[in-house]
Amino acid sequence: MEPITDLSRRDFLKTGAAAGGVLLLGVALPEGRAQAAAATTSMPNAWVKIGSDDSITILSARSEMGQGVYTALPTLVAEELEVDLAKIKVEIAPAGAVYVNSLLGGQITGGSTSVVEGYDKLRVAGAQARTMLVAAAAQKWGVDPSACRAAGGVVQGPGGEKASYGQLAEAASKLPVPADVKLKDHKDWRYVGKPINRLDSAAKIDGTAEYGMDVKLPGMLYASLAQCPVIGGKVASFDAARAKAMPGVKHVVPITDGVAVVAESWWQAKSARDALDIKWDEGAGRALDSEGISAALKAAAAKPGAVIKKLGDVDAGAKGAAKTLQADYELPFLAHAAMEPMNFTADVQKDSCLVYGPTQFQQLAQGVAAQVTGLKPEQVTVKTTFLGGGFGRRIDVDFVGQAAEISKAMGGGPVKLVWTREDDMTHDFYRPTSYHQMSGALDAQGRPVVLKFHLTSPSVTSRLFPPVVKDGVDPFMTEAAAVPYDIPNQLADVVIHDTGLRVGYWRSVSHALNSFAYESFMDELAAAAGKDPYEFRRALLDKQPRLKHVLELAAQGAGWSTKLPAGRARGIALMDGYGTAMCQVAEVSVTGNKVRVHRVVVAADPGRMVNPNIVRQQLEGSIIFGLSAALYGEVTLKEGRVQQTNFNNYPVVRMPESPAIDIQLVESDLKPAGIGEPGTALIGPAVANAVFAATGKRLRKLPLKLV
Amino acid sequence: MITLDINGQARSVDADPATPLLWVLRDTLGLTGTKFGCGMALCGACTVHVDGRPVRSCSTPVSLATGKKITTIEGLGTSAIGQKVQAAWASLDVPQCGYCQVGQIMSAAALLAAKPNPTDGDIDTAMAGNICRCGTYPRIRAAIHSAAGQKGA
Repeated sequence: MEPITDLSRRDFLKTGAAAGGVLLLGVALPEGRAQAAAATTSMPNAWVKIGSDDSITILSARSEMGQGVYTALPTLVAEELEVDLAKIKVEIAPAGAVYVNSLLGGQITGGSTSVVEGYDKLRVAGAQARTMLVAAAAQKWGVDPSACRAAGGVVQGPGGEKASYGQLAEAASKLPVPADVKLKDHKDWRYVGKPINRLDSAAKIDGTAEYGMDVKLPGMLYASLAQCPVIGGKVASFDAARAKAMPGVKHVVPITDGVAVVAESWWQAKSARDALDIKWDEGAGRALDSEGISAALKAAAAKPGAVIKKLGDVDAGAKGAAKTLQADYELPFLAHAAMEPMNFTADVQKDSCLVYGPTQFQQLAQGVAAQVTGLKPEQVTVKTTFLGGGFGRRIDVDFVGQAAEISKAMGGGPVKLVWTREDDMTHDFYRPTSYHQMSGALDAQGRPVVLKFHLTSPSVTSRLFPPVVKDGVDPFMTEAAAVPYDIPNQLADVVIHDTGLRVGYWRSVSHALNSFAYESFMDELAAAAGKDPYEFRRALLDKQPRLKHVLELAAQGAGWSTKLPAGRARGIALMDGYGTAMCQVAEVSVTGNKVRVHRVVVAADPGRMVNPNIVRQQLEGSIIFGLSAALYGEVTLKEGRVQQTNFNNYPVVRMPESPAIDIQLVESDLKPAGIGEPGTALIGPAVANAVFAATGKRLRKLPLKLV
Repeated sequence: MITLDINGQARSVDADPATPLLWVLRDTLGLTGTKFGCGMALCGACTVHVDGRPVRSCSTPVSLATGKKITTIEGLGTSAIGQKVQAAWASLDVPQCGYCQVGQIMSAAALLAAKPNPTDGDIDTAMAGNICRCGTYPRIRAAIHSAAGQKGA
């Protein structure tokens, strides 16, 4: 739809993966085949394990962090494999080249890509495995495969012969993988497209689901790590005498990022860590504070930007305009604050290393463990647990390297490193701050004729995938930075500015930054034109039927034209993100300085839905996640130290502030688009626009503060 | 040695009396269903029942739990209320990442034991101490109402 497309981003990343090196450390399964876990298990391909006992296990190459891949991805395989979804087991795949996310160039869970990337690939994998099982049966019976039928994990022959998948799997695994397979017609689907309950719910309800926090290996010890309060600082010297004398303490080991205490239980390790006397070399980070960072960001904005969208001539357009408008927006650093604090278990041995825990990036986990232990990547086994939230934080693997370093430093053996909440909050890779200078112009009829966007912000990609950043453009900084509105003269450009604080990918990445600036400014333009914000947008969407449709759906659902009770007001915001067209209408009230969001109506067109129940979950969750940021989220620095430490000073939305969420989904035959993240980006501008409607005050910073 | 009554069983543990109950449950007894989230009784992930009341085990010294009946998620399913809450959670497919859900379920079960037909206001009050970053609150609310409805039927 726009110059910055998903495809160009994917190509960037492929290039980045090839050039970045570290992404290619995965171990390939031999020709997508075999590697049987046990003598009784066969793998027709990398996605399916079939036991001689007829057990069917489907592997998920993406990490389950709440977004439902543990259900959605196996559903795609099972549909074509012709097995009963209720009877399968699911495993998270090991690190391996076959499991690389082709849209991201690494074995990464992120970017709302899991279903998008797996939609064809996993159905084909299921169909291939089924075809091989049928071929094995046909060979066994000496009949034509086309005369056989597979259903419910059993192949039936033309003469009434029957063989279970378990009986056929070993023979099937030796057959060639068919190049062409025919996929089922949509109308024959049993599972895909149905609102099926998740396969991982039961274990999450009875407490048996294994998170990284719950890993237990024989002889395992527990570690707590003191890191410098200023990120990037190093240990100058330390005295461990008191810590070593405390009960249960086994080792005190300095590692790259600090000093670790290893004990028989985590509480002992943590208590002894608190007794360490450490002198830190705080380094350059000590000079950072929020005021200085903000001033430097604004100063950097004076630099010319790298152009990402140019349409018409903004200067010429402004000359004939009846009205011009300018506004600046600023967004803060944010923490991810996943419910499960960072942790990982490592077991370093002489010739091998196991790293076991919650990660969004198996290959990087493998690579960093190899790096710190001096082993080869293929000597490192990665086991992935459930993730107690990811939101992008677990794409980074600092804690994996730390766990492996601790295990090595203590002479090998299993150890579980667990961060405190305070460690987690103060040693995050923060969602970047951003500064947006917007300007626009209206003609005499109040139609926008010019729209300018100038963004200054740190680049996450410059750190994680440097080759992806080209000519001053980080494609993960410019998402939703080219708006779909029919405005003849547009210019969007960006300046990358490193503030000195480390940054990371955070749910919806730059969509949340850019859509706040754009959709707030569109509201400002509408107000300057004296027009209704919904009608103002709608008039600019004749060339964008999907977006216009969700805009109308959300407005209808919210009763846009109806009067609200006194004290209530609505705000609207629209975005094309992750291939999903989405509109949100927030209904708010303002009492004193407090903003209360009562109801959110969201209309989304995410293409074909593999599981509408999970799509709804993701919409509910992404909106509430974004609402925490809109109302409260802010990480600040003083003397280089992150000031927020726990949920008392980094508040998030709780049950009483959680709004009612009405969801309108568009049925579509288009390929699936991303749904885990866009909702997070849109709630901020929807609420800010509603606050303007309620109070006449335009809030141009997040979190929203009425003072 | 400290003796604890956990899920109806007497368990003896060798732990410093100041150790939070959470870590005794998790590391000493292997009852890892109860989760660590914040360590300051701010998030509710570590909620267990002590004599039927919801308690944040991360901030409760194990010495304060002796002589009392402790129920964790591993034992919740033996009570009628626990079963109804867990069934409602399954039916409405509440969990996403799931990490906070055990604490949510423990708080919800304690609420329903005290107030069989809670209002939305009761739910707000009883559940305000349990954070969910995945944003499952709408389904948690619906599941509590659903469990209450089954009970009243």
